[in-house]
Amino acid sequence: MIAVYLTLLLPLAGMLVFALIGHWRHAGWINVGLNAVVFAVTVLLAWRVLEDGALLSDDKYFFIDAFNVYLIALTALVGFTTAIFSRPYMSHEVELRNLGRRRLRLYHAMFQGFMFAMFAALTTNNIGILWVAMEGATLATVLLVSLYRTPEAIEAAWKYFILCGVGIAQALFGTVLLYFAAERVIPSADEALFWNVLYQTAGLLEPTVLTLAFVFLLVGYGTKVGLVPLHNWLPDAHSEGPTPMSAILSGLLLNVALYALVRVKMIVDGSLRSELAGYLMMGFGLLSFTVAGLFLHRQRDIKRMFSYSSIEHMGLMTFAFGLGGPLATFAALLHMTVHSLTKSAIFVTVGHAAQIAGTQSIQKIRGLIRTQPAVGWGLLLGTVAIAGFPPFGVFTSEFLVLIATMKSWPWLTVPLLLGLAIAFAGLFRHLHPMVYGEPPAGQQPVRANMLPVTLHLLLVLWLGLAIPHFLADWFRQATILIAGSAPL
Amino acid sequence: MDITQLGLYDQAILMFAAVVLFTSFAMLAQPRIVPLINLFAWQGALLSVTTALVAYVSKHPHLYFSAGLTLALKAFLIPWMLHRLAVRLNIHHEIEPLRYPSLILLGGAALVVFSYTVLAPVVELSKLTTRNTIAASQAVVLLGMLLMIFRKKAVAQVIGFMSIENGLFFAAVVATYGMPMVVELGVAFDVLVAAVLFGVFFFQMRESIDSLDVDRLNRLREVDEPIAPEAYGRERDT
Amino acid sequence: MIEAWTFAGVQLLLYVIGAPLLAGWVKRVKCRLQNRASPSVFQPYRDLAKLLRKHTTLAEQASWLFRITPYVVFGTTLVAAAVVPLLALPLPTAAVADVIVLAGFLALGRFFTALAGLDIGTAFGGMGSSREMMIGALAEPALLMTVFTVAMSAGTTNVSEAVGYALNSGLVLRPSFLFAALALMMIAVAETGRVPIDNPATHLELTMVHEAMILEYSGRHLALIEWASSIKFLVYFALIANLFLPWGIATEFTGPALAQSAAAIIAKLAVLAVLLVVWETVMAKMRLFRVPQYLGFAFMLALLGMLTHVVLETGG
Repeated sequence: MIAVYLTLLLPLAGMLVFALIGHWRHAGWINVGLNAVVFAVTVLLAWRVLEDGALLSDDKYFFIDAFNVYLIALTALVGFTTAIFSRPYMSHEVELRNLGRRRLRLYHAMFQGFMFAMFAALTTNNIGILWVAMEGATLATVLLVSLYRTPEAIEAAWKYFILCGVGIAQALFGTVLLYFAAERVIPSADEALFWNVLYQTAGLLEPTVLTLAFVFLLVGYGTKVGLVPLHNWLPDAHSEGPTPMSAILSGLLLNVALYALVRVKMIVDGSLRSELAGYLMMGFGLLSFTVAGLFLHRQRDIKRMFSYSSIEHMGLMTFAFGLGGPLATFAALLHMTVHSLTKSAIFVTVGHAAQIAGTQSIQKIRGLIRTQPAVGWGLLLGTVAIAGFPPFGVFTSEFLVLIATMKSWPWLTVPLLLGLAIAFAGLFRHLHPMVYGEPPAGQQPVRANMLPVTLHLLLVLWLGLAIPHFLADWFRQATILIAGSAPL
Repeated sequence: MDITQLGLYDQAILMFAAVVLFTSFAMLAQPRIVPLINLFAWQGALLSVTTALVAYVSKHPHLYFSAGLTLALKAFLIPWMLHRLAVRLNIHHEIEPLRYPSLILLGGAALVVFSYTVLAPVVELSKLTTRNTIAASQAVVLLGMLLMIFRKKAVAQVIGFMSIENGLFFAAVVATYGMPMVVELGVAFDVLVAAVLFGVFFFQMRESIDSLDVDRLNRLREVDEPIAPEAYGRERDT
Repeated sequence: MIEAWTFAGVQLLLYVIGAPLLAGWVKRVKCRLQNRASPSVFQPYRDLAKLLRKHTTLAEQASWLFRITPYVVFGTTLVAAAVVPLLALPLPTAAVADVIVLAGFLALGRFFTALAGLDIGTAFGGMGSSREMMIGALAEPALLMTVFTVAMSAGTTNVSEAVGYALNSGLVLRPSFLFAALALMMIAVAETGRVPIDNPATHLELTMVHEAMILEYSGRHLALIEWASSIKFLVYFALIANLFLPWGIATEFTGPALAQSAAAIIAKLAVLAVLLVVWETVMAKMRLFRVPQYLGFAFMLALLGMLTHVVLETGG
């Protein structure tokens, strides 16, 4: 249990400390160290949960089971590697754009604040607190999006703030409705929002109210996941904020929002005894998947392009979770992991690429491999991985999703395959000239730390070749929890 | 439940709920900034009175605390902050021309009908005397959204945002006699932080686009359309 | 039965006789509030008497329409007055014409006034008529909406029964009634030509509405029209007073009950008149193109009244 508290307290303390000293020269290192400690703690926690099963704190406010513990570890890992990347990147940005040391203080404090919100959302047992933490994550990142203070950045941040604020308000309404249904069957009002209590009593909850609640929650958290048609904020926020933030937004925030949605779906499924929630998620997921794939083709900004790719993959995961069943759930969990790793790796590389070219415009980024082979290869391999090429883990998970679809909804495999092909074409059509083209005269390499990228891509490769035993076991436990039975 | 079967305090709750709903409509039709902020403050105050009444009728003392919190936050602190911001940004005399005010108001009426229909099953299940108000609270949420959609001034949008929060709080009070205290405190904290952030934003916006018209925020778009090269990408060194 | 009908007749007479008194009272309170010397409350009677004695001048182009209009207006207003209970409740005349007919009669009177304004062919008449019809077209839907709101609660469109319902259900805080009352007050202000829509005390050509239409009338005709409009004023006041504050109204035709009722209605009307005067004093006359906004707001209130009735006040 102490591990849980540490996971929460460290980022919180980090936020407060950075609010004072975030502008120090070594703040970047402190950030890395802090995230490393948190990562170590979460690995320990994950190990414990894997060995001893679900963990419920004495006051019942924290609940760790196989599902969220792996997301906690993943969040900590991505946070850690992003912090490694962010240190040289941000100091380079400071030189490049006169960001000012005070902004850096804000940046570091909000980085930790965001991590805290993420961990709070993941560890809490109370779905009301889950909402508060999700809103907190928005608040923490909104100032990061506007960090550069350009009109575009302000616009993106405003859009992000307003759209997510309105969207997530719907989720709170859904939570109120859920509480309304729960209060009727759960004697202690204080426990009526506890997830484990709700899960146990789901069968008693009123189905009509839960249906309504789920629709609101889907709209609310769906906005954060970036489901079409509620996705408008996402490409803007990703493209205008500093790149490390794009990496953690894409790699973590979207995941946690989806996590919230799946948690709620588990309760709703227990009450409804029908597939309604699943159908809704499948519909939204498929729509996002297709629309985002089409939008990929029309992008001019490299970060925008990859954020549409994020929408696409979140759509696929939502679809897979909606599909339900052990295989699809297993695939969705795996996809969550590999997507987070790959996408944050890509954003890290993209950040370097943009610094090399001095712009985010796809048309102006040329010949990366010649200027700085590490960045060029990183971008190439990352894109290959995210597009779902065989040796990488994304291939495995997408393949599993396809198989699961074929089993229960054969005709849906057609749009899925088509969508994958469209997205693939969209990515590579832009990628090719950026990586191989003729570099403009005088293009210089930048200080780049490719360790996070290598680490992530290696992990994804490993997951593609062979899922290690402990991880498979982990996913299996989570799948049993969500889908009710084991895959394979 | 028919209103004639309710006690006088329950009737008063309905009465105040209706007036809260009315303030939402009034906000939709109010083009001036300062009266808009005042209306928002009134909404918060009325909401707090309603909550206190619910606390009295339902004998849930913790709701008194929520009522006090709402009064302090929504009726005094946030409106005061907005007032100060409006004065400091020198926008307190601004009038925002409303397009199609009657159409918007009718749309608002349609939203009330919509929330009534949507929430009918919930209302039917409830045994609380305040249950008829659930639909009204959802309507406050939706009207806040309508305000945000049709207003172009950042301040008006913020007020819409806060009014949505009002509606959510209202829903929690009348549907379930409030959420657990931790959650309520968390939400209140979020709202407060959001209000402060909005304030920061106003200044950033004023600094970068020289206006608080959200209309002016139109540089980001779904690409491929020809846009001025200097407005594009990251080549802005100034 | 006979008793009831007799009483209805007496009450109608009260309307006719009492109306100028209310107009005089409003004028007096207004003068006091604005620190002016006020005429006696009986001044309207003297004016009417003077006008009735005077010779009636007709324009050369005036057709029969111009000549019958004062009588039509007076007649329709009388019928409308017969429907609204003033002192006592089981009003037999109310069963003949419900509240929709009441609105219809008032509209008919307005229609004839507007026609008469056009009939002479002067610029002012036409201008007044067109303005009046614009106000009417906007005010009547709002009026009907308020009336429906009340009718939905009471389950009847019969004014007398609706007042009885409100009286019997005791003190019920109905949000719908609050909105309906506010809307009805706003409409009454517009329909009776008071500030901020119209100003009965001015003949300023740019702003006048009602006065512009009746500019060509004189003598007996003018007396009838003025009288009718003061009756209309009283009808609206009585409607608001008795529908939303029904307490005190007599439910039987006995001496004490009627005396109590008379005292109650006088008090209610006096208070309403003071409210109106305060409103007129603090409000400035509205520009004409703002009037649709004003009436739109009234309509909105009425609609909100109906919505809150459905949403908040009903259900199993």
